[in-house]
Parts: sequence; structure tokens; C-alpha cells
Amino acid sequence: MALKNKDLLGLRGLSKDEIEEILDTAELMKYILEQDHKRTPHLQGRSIVTLFYENSTRTRLSFELASKYMSASMANVSASSSSVAKGESLIDTGKTIESMGADVIVIRHPVSGAPHLLAKHVKASVINAGDGINEHPTQALLDMFTIRQKKGTLCKLKVAIIGDILHSRVARSNIWGLTTMGAEVRVAGPATLIPPDIEGMGVKVFYNADNAIKGADVVMGLRLQKERQQKGLLPSIREYTSLFGINRERMLLARKDALIMHPGPINRGVEISSDIADGEQSSINEQVTNGVAVRMALLYLLTRRNKDAMH
Amino acid sequence: MLCIKNGIVVDGVSPKPYKADILVDGDKIVEIDYGLSTSADTVIDATGKYVLPGLVDAHCHLREPGFEYKEDIGSGTRSAVAGGFTSIACMPNTKPVVDNGALVRFIKMRAREEEAAKVYPIAAVTKGLNGEELTEMWELKEAGAVALSDDGRPIMNSRIMRLALQYAKGLHMLIISHCEDLELAGDGVMNEGYMSTVLGFKGISRAAEEVMVARDIILAETLDAPIHIAHVSTRGSVELIRQAKRRGVKVTCETAPHYFSATDEWVDGYDANTKVNPPLRTGDDVEAIKEGLRDGTIDIIATDHAPHHRDEKEVEYSLAASGISGFETAFSLAYTHLVEAGVISLPQLVEKMSKRPAEILNIEGGKLEVGKTADIIVVDLARVFTVDVSQFYSKGKNSPFHGHTLKGKVVHTIVDGRVIMENERITV
Repeated sequence: MALKNKDLLGLRGLSKDEIEEILDTAELMKYILEQDHKRTPHLQGRSIVTLFYENSTRTRLSFELASKYMSASMANVSASSSSVAKGESLIDTGKTIESMGADVIVIRHPVSGAPHLLAKHVKASVINAGDGINEHPTQALLDMFTIRQKKGTLCKLKVAIIGDILHSRVARSNIWGLTTMGAEVRVAGPATLIPPDIEGMGVKVFYNADNAIKGADVVMGLRLQKERQQKGLLPSIREYTSLFGINRERMLLARKDALIMHPGPINRGVEISSDIADGEQSSINEQVTNGVAVRMALLYLLTRRNKDAMH
Repeated sequence: MLCIKNGIVVDGVSPKPYKADILVDGDKIVEIDYGLSTSADTVIDATGKYVLPGLVDAHCHLREPGFEYKEDIGSGTRSAVAGGFTSIACMPNTKPVVDNGALVRFIKMRAREEEAAKVYPIAAVTKGLNGEELTEMWELKEAGAVALSDDGRPIMNSRIMRLALQYAKGLHMLIISHCEDLELAGDGVMNEGYMSTVLGFKGISRAAEEVMVARDIILAETLDAPIHIAHVSTRGSVELIRQAKRRGVKVTCETAPHYFSATDEWVDGYDANTKVNPPLRTGDDVEAIKEGLRDGTIDIIATDHAPHHRDEKEVEYSLAASGISGFETAFSLAYTHLVEAGVISLPQLVEKMSKRPAEILNIEGGKLEVGKTADIIVVDLARVFTVDVSQFYSKGKNSPFHGHTLKGKVVHTIVDGRVIMENERITV
């Protein structure tokens, strides 16, 4: 059993079997990460290029280390956001990178659907490392991996995602993935930050954080961009925090053993209080470790798929 | 002398099609009768086909001057003829903007040189389409502008819109309004709704169109001035216009073929050929557009032919240009989705794509009658074909209908008595 497509563009449309394959493979990769000698030959001779049109620290570093731990050749290309609108087109840039031998192109881009466009025009595998407000599938996979490790399963778990759902690619990918795996997903946030008709994606919508968190197995916070207030979507950060901030008092409503997650970077004291972010229930740092394992798994599965296809 | 023999004629006047031959001498129709025996030097055999008045498009973009890499008056008028349009009205958002008499005359001159479809320029309402200062509308009218529009850009300032309607009314000129509240539209790129949520795009709400439709209706109503609403795409707009018409407001409107043939579900896959403004809406809106066409709320079908270069479409969706190359699919889409689907009859289609647009723009065309100019098309309604953009005469290959199977095709187009398209081949 392998991945159906040459690319990982999103969790929308990915089957339960495919997700399980990725998570199972990541278990093995995590074992490798726990060794003193973190090096495997899985990607020897393979070439990985990251193409980032937006700033990123953890996602890019995570892909870079994943590639290096598996002995791949790897390079990073940074394109400033301004070069999106002018200069070389995305397709041309992608073909240039492919012409230099890249087997996998990892792309982050401010426009939704940009990885899909790239994937149509290159033979290399394309991994979406975040596109606009659409998807961030590797983040959701590492979240699901973390939940599965802690809870043993994803099925029937109550997962509350709190915050700016409208602008969150992390939320969208988690919704697609978690609902596919049989979890019960709740989203909560100010009405101006809930996308229209999101119930159609199979989630329950709450405009009140307390109700969403009540009885939850997992509580996931999202980064709130300060510019949402400037754009008029919120009256104030203060009011946001008092209504939707994840804090100790609110967490009493969740299950006792509830897991607290956040994709980072955190606005301490805004969407999550420091005591909770750093507390026992928090898996925020472990999420980062698991991110490397999941990305190793994906790189391995996608390049193996290419090899299978050649024979 | 040219004779079109044995066709079934839908003349734009009679309620029922009838079998007849049409005799053309010079640029005029001289006889319409069954079984004409003539010694015409050119005979078009229309056996089994329908003969209609040439289509009239009240809304297209020919891109010349300034954007000849997208389209020029030569390619645009040939594309129009290929789609069965004998007269077309082009929008002024060229570079420079058509906001002075000299440019109106230039476009007319260029169209005459090309000898394909007849072109009627629409001039700008405000200088440079800036929405601030009215153009010299009298001069524009004298030069030959058939209407005024800032299409592509809404006139956001309600006071300027009101003054424009008032001033144009005094000159008996029609204003065509592109209804879009830019603040509400924001940085949306597709219809706001379930699909924008699924695809991770900022949406453009229906309200962005509807609040401006409502505003323009109120302004026109209080001034008792005529107004034409461009590219209606939502259920709410149709309902606002329906109510206004009942009250006797002098409002007319158009929709474009993609608003009854495609939905926002087509955006799935991120193909920028589905990007258009206003955006493709939902299935519910499509039903409302069809109902509006059926009950007469929507007066006409206009193409909003908006050719773009491949390089402007093979980019990230948000960066892609908005618009669909529409001339060469308009008739077939309308026939397939409206007539074949039982929404309206063929004579009603002729009314909406030929007779009424000519009336609204106050130009000739729309009828096949003795003594009228011979703008005639012959269509094969049995013809089933697959849209292939590489076969377009337009430079703009940007169509979301590429690869789709449609029914009904224009095979011959006669402009001013001259056969400009014969057997689907342009002859000029």
C-alpha cells in the first residue's frame, strides 16, 4: 500500500488508509529520531528542495532536518513575497528547480492552490507546506500523529479547534484529516472568523469557547494575527482573549486528561495562557519533534512511490 | 445576390419559426418567402438548419488599444463572427481608456478596416474610469458611443453615480453599471460560500453585487432615468430587478452564459480559467438566473467576452486575471443550457441575444425583415461538439468550457450581406 498521488497537496481527498500509512511510517521514523546516531540511508541519492514564498522557521527547518537525517541532498530556495507578483512565474521557477534534479519540491506560498498549480506542471513530487488560507497538511499530520500517540486512536475523539478558523490552513487540514479518521471536530471562534458553511465539512460550530471545550479530549489553539483587529474583524485582542483565550479555568471544562496543542508560534497571553502552554497537558514541544518524524515519513513514502513507478 | 435556401427562419418578430428562403441584395434583405426561385450568384443551403438574425452583444472587451497581446479588434471581431455575432458593443477599459471622442472614432475606424463584426463602442462614464469626474458625454455620443460604462470598475461614489445618471438622461444616453461594492468584495477571489471554505479562498459575497444593484435601482428610480445592470449573477440581484421592474423603474439587465452554465464548484482544481468577475456562483443562483431569463426579468444575454493571455491565467489563482473568452461558446451554451433544457424557446433566445440587445443599445439588428440590413446567421442545432479553445479565433483561450460537450453551433455568419463565416471558417 502506498500513496495514491505523486504529491501531497492537502488532506482533503486523502483516504483513511493513506493517512494511517503515513502515521505508521512516522512511528518508525520517530524511533530513528530517538537514537544517538540519527542517520538512515532511506533518501540516499534523492534530492529535496524547499521553495518558500513566506517566512517560516519551524516548518522549513523540520523539512531540512528530515531530509538530512535520511541522507538526501537538500537545498532551500527563498523567494520574497514581493517576487510572487513580479519576476519569474511559479511554473518557471518550479521547472527550473526540477531541471536541476529535484525529486521533491516542498512549497509554501501565500496563495491558496499554488502547490496544485506547481504539481500540474512538474513531474517531481510536490509537498504543500502551507498555501494561503487553504491547507497545511504536514502540520495536521503531525498533530494527528501526536494525538494518536497520546490517545491511542483518533476515532471518536472530541477535538476542539479554537480561534481564527477563517484564516487558518492548520484548521482546514486538521478538519479534513480528523473527520476522515472518525474524530468529532468542533470549531469555535468569533463569528467574523468562522468561514461560511463550514458545517458542510462535517464539523460542529461554536461561537463560545466554553461550550466547544466542554468534554473535549483535545484542545487546539490557533495563532491570532494582530492584524485581524486592524482589519475590523475583531473589536479588540482583549475581548478575544476573554472570550476565546485557552486558560486554566476553561481547561477545567475539558476532560481531565485533555491534550493541549498549538501549531506555533504562540502569542502568549492572547490565544493561550503561558501556564497552560507550558503545563503538563501541553504537547506543544512534542508536536515539533513529531513534525520531523512525519516529514521523514512523507519524503520516504513519496520518493519510494516514484521508484515503484519507475520499475 | 445571395440566397439562403430551405432554412427554418426565426425572424425575431414572428412568434413561431417558419420555413423560408431569404434573398439578399447588397447589404439588404429583399425577399423572405418559401420556394424562391432565384438566380442568386451565391446560394447557401440551409436545409435542416435554422436561420436567425445576427447575434448582438451588448458587452465585450476587444482590448485594443493597449492590450493587443490579449486581443485586438481584428481577432476580436473575427471571434465574434465565429460565435454568430454581427454587432458587438465593446467596453472602454482599454489603455488609454475610451473617455474621449477621438478614441471612439479610432475604434470604429479600426473595426471598419477589419470588415468582420460591426463594432459599437461604449465609452467611459468617468474620466480614466476613476469614478470621480464625468466624461464629456455629449462629445462621446457625437463620436458614436452607444452607451456609457465604467465596466470593470464600479462607481463607488453614489453622488457621482447619481450625477452621471442625471446628466446622461438629459442626453438620452444609457449607463451600464458594473455592480460591485469593492469594500465588500475585499480581497475575495471566488464566490463566498461552502466552496470558498472548502478551497481555502477568501470569498466575494453576493451582497457585494446586490447592495450596488439596489443602490443603482434607487438612484435610477428617483431620477426616472434608464439604467442597465451588467452581468447579473445572483438570486438576490434578479429579485431586486424583478421588483424594480414591477414598480416601473427603467431598469434593464443582462447576464452572461457562464452564470447559467457553471457554478463555483468548478473552481475546485484551482484552474484560473474559472476566475471571473462577478465570480461563478452556486447552483441556486444558476436556477434563479434561469428563472429570471424565463420570466423576462433578465432582458438579454451578453458575453462579457474577456480575453486574456495564457501567461495571465497560468499563475496562482489570486494573481490571475479575471474573465472568460466568451464569443465562441455563447450561442452553444445558451442553446444547450436554456433551449435544450426547456428554460426558454428558440425565438426567446433570439430575442435575448439579438433583438433586445439591439433595442437596448438603440442600434440596427435583431430582426429578419424585408428592407432590413442583412445580418444573418445559420445555425445547426443538431450539431454536438466538444469545445476546443485551440480552435478559437480569439487570441484569448481562457475558457472553463474547454473539453465540454455542447449542442448547437453557428455555421454561417452574414454581416451587411457579406458571408464572413462560411461552414465555420472565417473568410476575411
